[in-house]
Amino acid sequence: MSNLAGNMVALQTIVRREIVRIMRIWTQTLIPPAITMTLYFVIFGRLIGGRIGNIQGQFSYMQYIVPGLVMMSIITNSYGNISSSFFGAKFQRSVEEMLVSPMSNWVILLGYVTGAVVRGLIVGFLVLLIALFFTKLHVAHPLVTILSVLFGATIFSLAGFVNAIYAKKFDDIALVPTFVLTPLTYLGGVFYSVNMLSEPWQAISRINPILYMVNAFRFGVLGISDVHIGVAFIVMLAFVVGLSWVALSLLRRGVGLRS
Amino acid sequence: MSSIPALVVDNLRKTYGNGVQALKGISLTVQPGDFFALLGPNGAGKSTLIGILSSLVNSSEGDARIFGMSVNKQRNEAMKLIGLVPQEINFNQFEKPFDICVNEAGFYGIPRKIAAERAEKYLKELRLWDKAQDQARMLSGGMKRRLMIARAMMNEPRLLILDEPTAGVDIEIRRSMWHFISGINAAGTTVILTTHYLEEAEQLCRNIAIIDHGTIVENTTMKQLLSKLDVETFVFDVNNLPEVLPSLPGITFRRTDEHTLEAEMPRTQAMNALFDAFNAHGITVTSMRNKTNRLEELFVRLVENGRQEQDKQESSKEKVA
Repeated sequence: MSNLAGNMVALQTIVRREIVRIMRIWTQTLIPPAITMTLYFVIFGRLIGGRIGNIQGQFSYMQYIVPGLVMMSIITNSYGNISSSFFGAKFQRSVEEMLVSPMSNWVILLGYVTGAVVRGLIVGFLVLLIALFFTKLHVAHPLVTILSVLFGATIFSLAGFVNAIYAKKFDDIALVPTFVLTPLTYLGGVFYSVNMLSEPWQAISRINPILYMVNAFRFGVLGISDVHIGVAFIVMLAFVVGLSWVALSLLRRGVGLRS
Repeated sequence: MSSIPALVVDNLRKTYGNGVQALKGISLTVQPGDFFALLGPNGAGKSTLIGILSSLVNSSEGDARIFGMSVNKQRNEAMKLIGLVPQEINFNQFEKPFDICVNEAGFYGIPRKIAAERAEKYLKELRLWDKAQDQARMLSGGMKRRLMIARAMMNEPRLLILDEPTAGVDIEIRRSMWHFISGINAAGTTVILTTHYLEEAEQLCRNIAIIDHGTIVENTTMKQLLSKLDVETFVFDVNNLPEVLPSLPGITFRRTDEHTLEAEMPRTQAMNALFDAFNAHGITVTSMRNKTNRLEELFVRLVENGRQEQDKQESSKEKVA
């Protein structure tokens, strides 16, 4: 069997195993984010949002925050999936099954990233379905919507993988979501337009990568964005390339995996 | 059978980040089809060596070739030829044994249909088929060890490395594992075994290397090694043990209790004179056995000699300093 064919079988194996894991513990992986987002819709969208006027003229506050909340659930779940799954494999040492096998490093990375993206997409779809109980949406730019979702999930899957490689204990994979991911998400234009901010906060907000993901997705769904859509995709592509390089480099050097 | 050695270890060194020198330039060769024992006390460097062979540990210097494939330069090709049973349990405890085996095969690029057939075959051979759909964490310690052997067989390796596979399992399961591994070896798979049960190594292995403090202190055939043992101690269960013990040239007798007598004697000495002396003193022998396993005795001597040598070197260094 050629190396490529062997690597493809190995890739399918990792992806299948990841999806089986997501489905096996669906009460931990799929239900909690759906409940959390329902509360956001009720409290921020319906109760508080009902007292806020239209945003950018034509969209209710509920309509405005739906893309941001969907993207927020996609990126937090992609990140959480890969960091807990890969660190769990390290912790139980089952990662050695892959490390002693002939599969290439890119297969390990792509397999875990695909699993995490799948969870992000499933959760994102569930949240979108729930959103439709609260408001009406129509997708303005389907291709931009799909691409921004895939880019967002991939970027945070890669970041979660790097976190899991460096993590030595379970606390280490909780630190980044608590102290980095959550603040960046809340300050990334999910609940407001950065154009509402004064300088220098508007400029500072523009160094937050989540701003570009949220706005790209919002452009896809609503057709409005705080940033130029081309710039958003360049930023996201740069993050995908940069984080992939970092993750592959760590795997090649065996950081946290081989002694 | 291939003439390329199953394993060539060439001047392998490993120094960990904390400065510990685990391997100090070891070299050894294992021929194809061999059943090879790699013995040594705890911390001798066995697991580091196995870690390097399976690419879990990066060597500091030197290389190893598995059927001619360099672990450093042709890692993926070399790994295709190896099956590893590690010392510690290292599968996902929440997965099912069947899935663990099938996934393992998948990592080696083996299509799922073939993987499922092999998983059934090896789980049945290792008497785990009735547990195939249970969560792995529910298995007993012995079952978990057998599961790791089944998993290591999924890529049908040419070189199977077993790092203390029978640690902590009862004798019945241990024997069934010996039977399985011997069968694998008879079918052509080269086996490298590390164990602290020296009886196991003596019974199963044809060649042996003893490693201590990161160096090979002995590398020979099991037969040659055992022939170095010049004195043996036998234990006799006896009746009518007299106050005065028999006296024979070259043999030292010791009374352990009222019904047990030990005799230390050269291996070359015939035992007939011993039994004549027992008869003359009216001692009835009901059973006899070796006091210690022969390999165990040699192993202890070699390791102790090595330690004394090292102590001497260290004390002479201190004097110089």
